[in-house]
Amino acid sequence: MIAELGGFSLILALFLSVVLAIVPLSGTITGNEIWMNYAKPLATGQFLFVLVSFLCLGYAFVVDDFSVAYVANHSNSQMPMQYKISAIWGGHEGSLLLWALILSGWTIAVAIFSNSLPLDMLARVLSVMGMVAIGFILFMLMTSSPFERYLPNFPLDGGDLNPLLQDFGLIVHPPMLYMGYVGFSVAFAFAIAALLSGQLDAAWARWSRPWTNVAWAFLGMGITLGSWWAYYELGWGGWWFWDPVENASLMPWLVGTALVHSLAVTEKRGVFKSWTVLLAIMAFSLSLLGTFLVRSGVLTSVHAFATDPERGLFILVLLAITIGGSLILYAIKAPNVRSESSFSWLSRETLLLINNVFLTVMAMTVLLGTLYPLLIDALGQGKISVGPPYFNAVFVPIMGLMSVALGLSVVARWRNTSLEMVRQRLWKPAVGSLLIAAVFPFVYGDGFDFSVFFGMAISLWVIFTVGLEFVWKFRHSANIGKRLSQLSMSYYGMLLAHLGVAVTAIGVTLVSVYSQERDIRMAPGDKIEVVGYEFEFQGSQRVKGPNYLADQGQIVVRLDNEELTRLKPEKRQYNVQRNMMTEADIDAGLFRDLYVALGEPLGGGAWAVRVHYKPYVRWLWLGGLMMTLGGLLTVTDKRYRKKVINGKGEKYA
Amino acid sequence: MTPKRKKRLIIILALVFGAGLAVGLTMFALSQNINLFYSTSQIANNEAPVGKRMRMGGMVVDGSVKRASDTLRVSFGLTDYESEVTVVFSGILPDLFREGQGIIAQGKLDENGVFQADEVLAKHDENYMPPEIAETMKKRQEAQQ
Repeated sequence: MIAELGGFSLILALFLSVVLAIVPLSGTITGNEIWMNYAKPLATGQFLFVLVSFLCLGYAFVVDDFSVAYVANHSNSQMPMQYKISAIWGGHEGSLLLWALILSGWTIAVAIFSNSLPLDMLARVLSVMGMVAIGFILFMLMTSSPFERYLPNFPLDGGDLNPLLQDFGLIVHPPMLYMGYVGFSVAFAFAIAALLSGQLDAAWARWSRPWTNVAWAFLGMGITLGSWWAYYELGWGGWWFWDPVENASLMPWLVGTALVHSLAVTEKRGVFKSWTVLLAIMAFSLSLLGTFLVRSGVLTSVHAFATDPERGLFILVLLAITIGGSLILYAIKAPNVRSESSFSWLSRETLLLINNVFLTVMAMTVLLGTLYPLLIDALGQGKISVGPPYFNAVFVPIMGLMSVALGLSVVARWRNTSLEMVRQRLWKPAVGSLLIAAVFPFVYGDGFDFSVFFGMAISLWVIFTVGLEFVWKFRHSANIGKRLSQLSMSYYGMLLAHLGVAVTAIGVTLVSVYSQERDIRMAPGDKIEVVGYEFEFQGSQRVKGPNYLADQGQIVVRLDNEELTRLKPEKRQYNVQRNMMTEADIDAGLFRDLYVALGEPLGGGAWAVRVHYKPYVRWLWLGGLMMTLGGLLTVTDKRYRKKVINGKGEKYA
Repeated sequence: MTPKRKKRLIIILALVFGAGLAVGLTMFALSQNINLFYSTSQIANNEAPVGKRMRMGGMVVDGSVKRASDTLRVSFGLTDYESEVTVVFSGILPDLFREGQGIIAQGKLDENGVFQADEVLAKHDENYMPPEIAETMKKRQEAQQ
């Protein structure tokens, strides 16, 4: 009964989103204020019904209602409660429902926090979001309802959730990622609304900016969590695989990063407007493309757990309508957009434009590498796969160039910057970062290494320029505390996010070059030394978990003959699906991780053991966290809470 | 040419040059780093080049997995139910590597027709069959009928 209620509630939500998509928008065309005013209650109603639907599915999981097919396939009565709940989004249908819930959540958030928005603008934005909701709810109802039942002969117990997904990582990774993916629908809705109204001005950029920053921050967090999860859960110590699905989340993030910067220029200077709109359309389209790649199963990937051509076709049509429709609108409206100010060759505008070009190029190269196998296959040229070397070869150099531009743009002024000023302020960080980066591999490693030099140089360059810029702000102030409070939250967010870029870059560089990985056979009593750490394997024993049996290895780690820690990696076999699962054990540290995992039993108590030494691997995710916090910090800026009285925006010098 | 137009021309030329360079480098990187996929039959029939990085997919032959007693060296047979190729790998096999399971091996073919794998991929789903293998097998079945 509860499951039917969930399905029914979803149908009502669909009905409300159809009304939401039509009525307020018609109101803006006819000037009917009453119709425009319907937008808020409709958004609220849509959210409530999707929420009810989501709670119904959650209830079915909690009470182990295995007559619901989705629950039977993704849960089991033995599963711990937190995984029963996170199993709601452990499969295709449920993750779409989560998607719809987040979408309607964003919609109602826009409706609530929009006091500064003129009524007609709000009506347009919410209508566009209603249209997106129609697409997704319809998709769910037509191809993938989570409420279908196994009747009359339903199973007595469920088929269990994939053991890989029974983990803290799965509880948090998908919701964060979806918050980001779906969050770009707000940026998209604002862009479309602005195109519809012809009101592409600084005010529009100011409305859209906080939403875009939050979405971008969540997407970054989602990607970071995914990388961290893969590192400790997949059992082989990798943190990025250039897997098509990872690429699918990276592309909207890259374009989203460009969008965040481009919006800043549009808000502050009133230029790059059409480009910003195009980026907003691209970011959301790439989010949809990501969904298509993951859900249609056209690509071979770890994430492609549900494959169904019908679903793929539906998303492809949805994608075509979204991209086609918005680009047609863009083609009609964008030529009328005029810049409100000018800028010179050397200015922050130019440098941010360069940053935008680099980010977009990076996204496009990743797109090419991801879709190339599909293209070749479609042309009947054989089956191929594009390996990580391709992505590294195109990604790393552009990333380096972009970091150089990053340092410059932090220091450069709006409109016009003198070359003299740039030279004066930047020769020290330039020389400093190059020198330290050149010396670093000799001190930390055992000889010069170009990758380390390159990675450290660009990271230090970013840290030094950002740091100097911060210090520069205090050159005239006697009272440091007062000056600190004068600087805006956006400014602090900007500093933090940029330092995050450098921290991630340091992590990537050092863990890629200085990792030590040993895969060896170890019998009880065997010892191995890795970078000064001695690992002694003391055999394994059987342990019993709530819904699995495991072989637990005992590995004593010693440093200078003193016991440092005991690691207990496990090889688990889950009771229901009978899958083997590696559970690595990690001694984590800010400067190095010790990572051990069991491979397979080799007879006589011996095991294949993976012993890894991973320097600075935490920095990768720490930087991601800093970028996220930086993005969120900008939203707390006072100026976004100001009420805009004149929707036309201000004048520019 | 007015100064404004001259400026525009420079911008456009720079853009074209930059885009051309980017596309060129990308295509070069791409052509260097693609791995062609071969079935075991293609390899057994000498249709695949020796010493070039490639992927090979197939099902692990029952009873063919042999481990060395002192190292992590392992060898096994891979088949598409038509021809069999021996794969040699040194390292830890993925959790879902099992006899009868579909896997993909990445590596090079040596002169003796043995596939020297440096990576073995198995998917985290026991019913999983690489689409490439599923397709090869479907073709075989159709050919037999």
